[in-house]
Amino acid sequence: MKTFNRVFTVIVFLFLYIPMIVLAVASFNTGTDIAVWKGFTFAQYGALFKDGALLPLLLNSVIVAVISSLAATVLGTMAALGIRAMSPRMRSATMAVTNIPMTNPEIVTGVSLALLFAFVGQMLKINGIMGFATLLIAHITFNLPYVILSVMPKLGQMDPNLRDAALDLGCTPVQAFFKVIIHEILPGIISGAMMAFTMSLDDFVISYFVYGPNFVTLPVEIYNYTKKPLQPKIYALFTLLFLVILVMMVLMNLLQARDEARQRNARGVFGVRKGAKA
Amino acid sequence: MESKRLASPYLVWMAIFTVVPLGIVVWYAFTDSTGAFTLGNISRMGTYWPIFLKSIWLAILSSFICLLIGYPVAYTIAGASPKGQRLLYMLVMLPMCMSFLLRTLAWVALLDDTGIINNLIRSLGLKPLPLIRNDAAVVLGMVYNYLPYMIMPLYTVLLKIDRRLTEAAEDLGCRPGEVFTRVTLPLSVPGIISGFTMVFVPAVSTFYISQKMGSSGTTLIGDVIESQFKAAYNPNLGAALSLALMVLVLACVAIMNRFSDGEEVATI
Repeated sequence: MKTFNRVFTVIVFLFLYIPMIVLAVASFNTGTDIAVWKGFTFAQYGALFKDGALLPLLLNSVIVAVISSLAATVLGTMAALGIRAMSPRMRSATMAVTNIPMTNPEIVTGVSLALLFAFVGQMLKINGIMGFATLLIAHITFNLPYVILSVMPKLGQMDPNLRDAALDLGCTPVQAFFKVIIHEILPGIISGAMMAFTMSLDDFVISYFVYGPNFVTLPVEIYNYTKKPLQPKIYALFTLLFLVILVMMVLMNLLQARDEARQRNARGVFGVRKGAKA
Repeated sequence: MESKRLASPYLVWMAIFTVVPLGIVVWYAFTDSTGAFTLGNISRMGTYWPIFLKSIWLAILSSFICLLIGYPVAYTIAGASPKGQRLLYMLVMLPMCMSFLLRTLAWVALLDDTGIINNLIRSLGLKPLPLIRNDAAVVLGMVYNYLPYMIMPLYTVLLKIDRRLTEAAEDLGCRPGEVFTRVTLPLSVPGIISGFTMVFVPAVSTFYISQKMGSSGTTLIGDVIESQFKAAYNPNLGAALSLALMVLVLACVAIMNRFSDGEEVATI
């Protein structure tokens, strides 16, 4: 049974990675047909950097992802702190609202925001309201639950006396947050921010309904591309992005490993302080 | 405590950008293009009933296949060493961070009539197979794209199962198969339900997968909604369809939550 499971798992991982392999191989292909191997070349990578049509779109995606994940991290961490202090009834109502974007199909979220923006555009008589601002608002909205749901458990694990101790020792609530609480919940904040960032960077469905022609992100452009014959340099871009995300994930992994080691070492107040410095 | 107020910006944000938009969807669903009240959009739902059924059927099928494939994988990951667990979990997450459009296109390149697999088959002197533009291809696309959503909650739940429970079952005379069916499987039900929901919801509402891997016979409800907003500009009908989709998904989630006996459904 165990060997069966192992072999099966390897096969499933191959299944998950077949498309990556296909695209990575295609990025080195001299031919333009993804299905026919003509010969090896780096030309697609050269073309990617030379022609400069795709990179600005990637930059657009990164800008939206950075700003929206930062905004969602700040708003979401504040919200998580606030939700902790709520009465149970208020808290469950808030969590129900938080779960709306998580359970709703993305297409419904996209459509509902598109209708809102169109409505506001009509009211204020703004033509072409869809653009950077609408994209950013939509991304912050779907990023917020990820931050909250990854910060809340860390707040739950935290010893509530830590905050009181900080306040007793003369901290203002703001100081207590930046000097004590933030160190306890930082892993949750970071993983929430990273999750928000990657979700935002790769989002297509919601962006597709709220983007405007003046500000296009990479996934939206890929979708518009795929209605025409695809340019092979997009495979090169995919392969590079794959490597970047791989590195990011390994870093996240190391961070997590450190966090776990820290929690193992944490024994009361002294353990926590030692761990926080390490 | 005054820190309750820290959540106010968030609550205001969610009210404006989550609750109000849903209200607008309802409002559009019950009005026509001039803004007058009508039930016309809702009554037109009937013609889309077969498409709804098809979407639900393909999504349920995909969720089941994901469960069958995902369970052994999650089980293996949960049984690995802590280091191995982290590595394998990362490998499950990684594909989800890459453009799902391009990954789906890679499947098209593999399965197309002049694609990689059929080229191979041809070079062996055999007849090419109809691998794409059918229901099976759409299901494959769904399974491929959403399998990680099944593995993650299953893994989380399996990891939390107390080893002492399975050991106790063994001590009390259960055979390994029985330990699984009588202890491990029932304890992993919250993960199964959570995974099922997480696969079902995006699968039932997809439009890209069916556009690329399906044929005109596999038009899904997502395709219809998309075309109401992007091609046949009729936002009122689109809103009505979105509303129906939302109600459908909420109903499914509610039904699945009932299965878990009021236990809190595990999230990632």
